[in-house]
Amino acid sequence: MINNQRSFFFNVDWVTVFIFLALCTIGWFNIHAAVFDERYPSIIDAHTNYGKQFTFIVVSVIVGGVILLLESRFITALAPAFYIITLLLLAIVLVVGRNVGGNQAWINIGGGFRLQPSEFAKFSTCLLLARYLSGPNIRVTEPKAFAIAAAIIGLPMFLIMMQPDMGSTLVFLSMVFVLYREGLSPYFLIIGALFIALFVTSILFPPLLVIGVIVVITLAVIGLLRRNKKVVYTMLTGLAICVVFVFSVKFIYNNVLKPHQKVRIDIILGIKSDLRGKGYNLNQSKIAIGSGKMWGKGYLKGTQTKYSFVPEQSTDFIFCTVGEEWGFAGSLTVIGLYLFLVLRLILIAERQRSPFSRIYGYGVASVIFFHVMINIGMTIGLVPVIGIPLPFISYGGSSLLSFTILLFVLLKLDSNRMGIV
Amino acid sequence: MNSFFERRYIIAGIFITIIIILLARLFYIQIVDPKYAIYAGKNVLRQTIVYPARGPILDRNGKILVQNEPFYDIMIAPREVKPFDTVEFCKLLGIDRDGFNKRWIKAWKYSPVLKSVFEKQLTAQTYASVSERLSEFPGFSAITRYLRNYPDSVAAQFLGYIGEVQDNDIKRSNGYYHPGDFIGVTGVEKSYENVLRGQRGVNNQMVDSRGTLKGKFANGLYDTAAVPGQRLTSSLELNIQKLGERLMQNKVGSIVAIEPSTGEILCYVSSPTYNPNLMVGRERGNNAAKMYADVYNPFFIRPVQAKYPPGSSFKPLSALIALQEGIITPQTTYYCPGYYQAGNRRVKCNNGEAHGLVNMSSAVAESCNGYFSMVFQKIIDHNGIKQTEASYTNWRNNVKKFGLGNRLDLDVPGESRGNVPTPLYYDNIYRKGGWRSSTIIPLAIGQGELLATPLQMANLECTIANHGYYYKPHLVKAIGVQNVIKKEYTVRNYVGIDSGYFEPVINGMQAVVEHGTGNHSKIPGIIMCGKTGTAQNPGGEAHSVFVAFAPRENPKIAIAVVVENSGEGAHWAAPIASFIVEKYLKGSISQRESGITVEYFANANRLPDSALYYSRFRKKVLPKDTAKKLKADSLKKPVKGLKGASRQNKKDSSTRLLAVLPKGKDDK
Repeated sequence: MINNQRSFFFNVDWVTVFIFLALCTIGWFNIHAAVFDERYPSIIDAHTNYGKQFTFIVVSVIVGGVILLLESRFITALAPAFYIITLLLLAIVLVVGRNVGGNQAWINIGGGFRLQPSEFAKFSTCLLLARYLSGPNIRVTEPKAFAIAAAIIGLPMFLIMMQPDMGSTLVFLSMVFVLYREGLSPYFLIIGALFIALFVTSILFPPLLVIGVIVVITLAVIGLLRRNKKVVYTMLTGLAICVVFVFSVKFIYNNVLKPHQKVRIDIILGIKSDLRGKGYNLNQSKIAIGSGKMWGKGYLKGTQTKYSFVPEQSTDFIFCTVGEEWGFAGSLTVIGLYLFLVLRLILIAERQRSPFSRIYGYGVASVIFFHVMINIGMTIGLVPVIGIPLPFISYGGSSLLSFTILLFVLLKLDSNRMGIV
Repeated sequence: MNSFFERRYIIAGIFITIIIILLARLFYIQIVDPKYAIYAGKNVLRQTIVYPARGPILDRNGKILVQNEPFYDIMIAPREVKPFDTVEFCKLLGIDRDGFNKRWIKAWKYSPVLKSVFEKQLTAQTYASVSERLSEFPGFSAITRYLRNYPDSVAAQFLGYIGEVQDNDIKRSNGYYHPGDFIGVTGVEKSYENVLRGQRGVNNQMVDSRGTLKGKFANGLYDTAAVPGQRLTSSLELNIQKLGERLMQNKVGSIVAIEPSTGEILCYVSSPTYNPNLMVGRERGNNAAKMYADVYNPFFIRPVQAKYPPGSSFKPLSALIALQEGIITPQTTYYCPGYYQAGNRRVKCNNGEAHGLVNMSSAVAESCNGYFSMVFQKIIDHNGIKQTEASYTNWRNNVKKFGLGNRLDLDVPGESRGNVPTPLYYDNIYRKGGWRSSTIIPLAIGQGELLATPLQMANLECTIANHGYYYKPHLVKAIGVQNVIKKEYTVRNYVGIDSGYFEPVINGMQAVVEHGTGNHSKIPGIIMCGKTGTAQNPGGEAHSVFVAFAPRENPKIAIAVVVENSGEGAHWAAPIASFIVEKYLKGSISQRESGITVEYFANANRLPDSALYYSRFRKKVLPKDTAKKLKADSLKKPVKGLKGASRQNKKDSSTRLLAVLPKGKDDK
């Protein structure tokens, strides 16, 4: 027993815990700067969001500690239950949820706190996906297994899309990395990337021009490899799909996307610049980050954030405060911490003996990475404005707690890696 | 471990690549591209200009002609307003409930958050009672502004006025002026604008995204203080200026008095004049429009813009020139039969009076036209008739040395040249060589095409008083506290006549006042040398002209007075001049032998028939749309407060805005 305890502490990946605490602290201080209120200057003042965030951090650390004390078997066993509860919550929120900022995503749980089920859906989806794929004789390459895996991911995606929270929906796409690691054909990644490129070009350029270029490229490739019949057929099929896709992009873009989503895409692609209206947020965000220069303006000295030029500055746009007050040095530190965390998570995943832990580990890494990429990319104008939080840094209890659970469950599994789950 | 183990490197590789893309982009916008830092600065920085107080203008003894009087603007920040007793508040400001509502709506439309002007230009008296209670009305505050104030309301044409800058002023100033700034428009306010305006200061303040002030930028490191404008000491003497304006009321004309030993202008009256205080404040535009509509045009600066035939006061000039050229001697005489026959032209003396044998002095004293016509003809003809044009040109050049036919570069704008006709002018009328001395003989007695401004006439008297030189006449004696005097005003301008030749002229002028035409205007105890004049006026009654200097020895004042359409110089201009001279030299006016009094002249109305006057002067003087522009000017209220990002509420209807008005106690 004593031996067991010692090995427990020894086995917890303290490096990850350290990064977790570092990111939480950075978040807490930047929230303080972003929504600084002269009436309540103290960083732990409960009137303010930074005071609340402190509470969330404390709660999260406690929850994290509790998770580490749980039995691993308990977690795997309850994976389907978590998943079903989450789906129920996601369904309930569509009926009784509170609408904030156009998204019906919150459930009031009393005491002024609100719960955002979509945040926890990431965790339970990762968990169930890991549970399913780690089952005996399950291979992603088989159509049936792939379909079930896709359904596990797709169900919560669909419910979240109904809210409609586009950001949280897209997060589930990051699971493609998990599937890829488990054997999904690399063509999924390649074709996925290709379609993104095609999407962007067909918005930027007239569809006939895009199709013309694709046809020319395809014919050139076919010309070179004409002896290989199989390649020729594949290329021609691909060409047909591309043509259909290009036309459907225009259709989707003009008829399916909502106006604000269209505008966000337009702005990111430089088609529109509406600096006072729809493009205001992004422009102010870039100004905030860009004005930080190398070393930043200093703690609590960011004029863009302090004087509320940047919107949503404590949640989705918290990175503006980092960029403005701590400069490129601060941005580099934060992004470096994330990269280190994600790579560390891949390392942890790969050292697991059980496929369940490995798959779950990749899920955690993918979700966190996707959040970082989209959130920071959005603040500096690389991706359209999609409202998702920056893990551990953005203000918000649901977000922090769900990421903490996501991470600490992996740490728990990792601490037991020598055992058999 | 499974067969796809290698794929972890690909996933890690994708992650690293994307992170590098993010970092590259961050590197670009944070370090490479400087524009974001500039934008951030622009976002928060609000520069406000601190206006300096405009320099005051004093008279020669330090008495104030123009100063800055504080006025108070009541500002409002609608959001901060709490329910209050509107009736009480309206009473304090002296406005009614409707006026209150209008202002409230206007302020709310401008911005609910930013301060804007609620009530403009409260006087110190009104503000005194408001300031005590202002703290009871949250959301209202007061700021101090300065407006020009003229305690004695004199010398309007000299002082000029200030007005909002026009577009071309802004263009010309290379960005110094901004719309809404004030600039000197006429008079000394215009010519000494650079000295009077001072230097503006800048306040750098920070604002948030709504435009609310958030304190000083960089602790005021880049703020500059306003430097007040320098004071000007004018050469005017307040007492005689006041007396002059009083004497000239209800008359058209001007008075110019100069100190011969310095060229400093002591008295500068243009009549009819106006109260300069009318050109200040809220009613400015309306007042100006009214004055533009005045037939007698108070904005016409008669001392330098009105041109008159100098008449008799010009006569000594030709004689002096002839003496200097050796064409006559001081002993040269003329027997006056009551006229002078020049060719087939006969120049009559006044009333056909035969003066008999006259010499230079007596000719001046008796204003003998014959004598001076004779002298003039000698000057033009002494080189033979063929040389008429050359001789005339020579005479003309000598006349111009006295400052006639040219601007004297007075230090206020608007000066006219007067006129000494060119030979070309006569060529055009009579063909080249087709004119003789007899043709232009009216010039001899200051008539004909000869025109001079009252300033030029007074300057001529300075030259005579100084025996042959003058200082450039000027209205600003000294600049700033150090009393800087412009160099050009200390230079003697010689007119090319030896000082000895002046004595006979001066003797004659003394005789004019002692027992000649000007003897009504004799000043007890002071020897004044003067010359009356009657300037022919083709449109109506002649202008009454008098020029003089006094005392004879060591002259202290030279003066020219013109009273339009009033006949003989002796009747109107001379007495007025004598009062000014006596007041200046003695400080008071004594009983006159002739019984003339200041009251009589001050009360006399010599305004010409307005219909007549209108046809002669108006069209030339008044640019058609000036009055319209001025009227529009007064309606255009400069936007005060800070321009900010208030994009909201533009469309709100007035009624909705009124609903925002806090309910007052009186609304029950």
